Amino acid sequence: MTQETTQNRKSLSIIVSKGTLDWAYPPFILATTAAAMDMDATLFFTFYGLGLLKKNLDLEISPLGNPAMKMPMAGLHLGMPNLVAALPGVTAGATAMMKNMIEKKGVATIEELRDIALESGVKLVACQMTMDLFEFKKKDMIEGVSFGGAATYLEEAVKADVNLFI
Amino acid sequence: MTNKTVDARGLNCPLPILRTKKALHEVPVGGMLEVLASDPGSMSDFEAFARQTGDELVSAEKMDAHYRYVIRRLR
Repeated sequence: MTQETTQNRKSLSIIVSKGTLDWAYPPFILATTAAAMDMDATLFFTFYGLGLLKKNLDLEISPLGNPAMKMPMAGLHLGMPNLVAALPGVTAGATAMMKNMIEKKGVATIEELRDIALESGVKLVACQMTMDLFEFKKKDMIEGVSFGGAATYLEEAVKADVNLFI
Repeated sequence: MTNKTVDARGLNCPLPILRTKKALHEVPVGGMLEVLASDPGSMSDFEAFARQTGDELVSAEKMDAHYRYVIRRLR
């Protein structure tokens, strides 16, 4: 790649702050698609988003406090009252149901999108402060991750064409 | 004549685009890639993809049960 084409490339940066199964999708979908569209992409994982860089992903989703989560069931879209959603086992049940839907509808898994992100050169940056705060160890994170802080993110963001906080 | 075919039928966003990009790398510059997709959003996505990458969307057709795209790799 010549210097000139590097400078002409568009770029995307996203702060990834959430780590549930549903919120994991937008950053990985957008970053992999940006890379496919010849854009440079940087994902900065902070707070609950940081768990998305762990070697073993065990992502979950909860209907608790999420009235917009209405699952298709028998031709209807059914939500769940908070009192029921708070019961033990409901998070696991909702997660299993969502994963089943994801598979049936041909939607990629987060693991798959994360692998494609790495292959296609998406820069994955782990927030060092969050690593310390939550006592994450580098050996628990996937290969290919770099570590940095606010200044690292802002250096990317200030020159990016698209900046998102998710 | 196309050089390669990607069958992305049954796959949802963004997989058809991601598979297409991967396959385009395996087509020589000037060569053509055929993509089959069932995602109804793919029509808009393939147009946007080609505009951004500078590859040529030679044709975009709605068939009976799927969509068919032909892309010429230009860079």
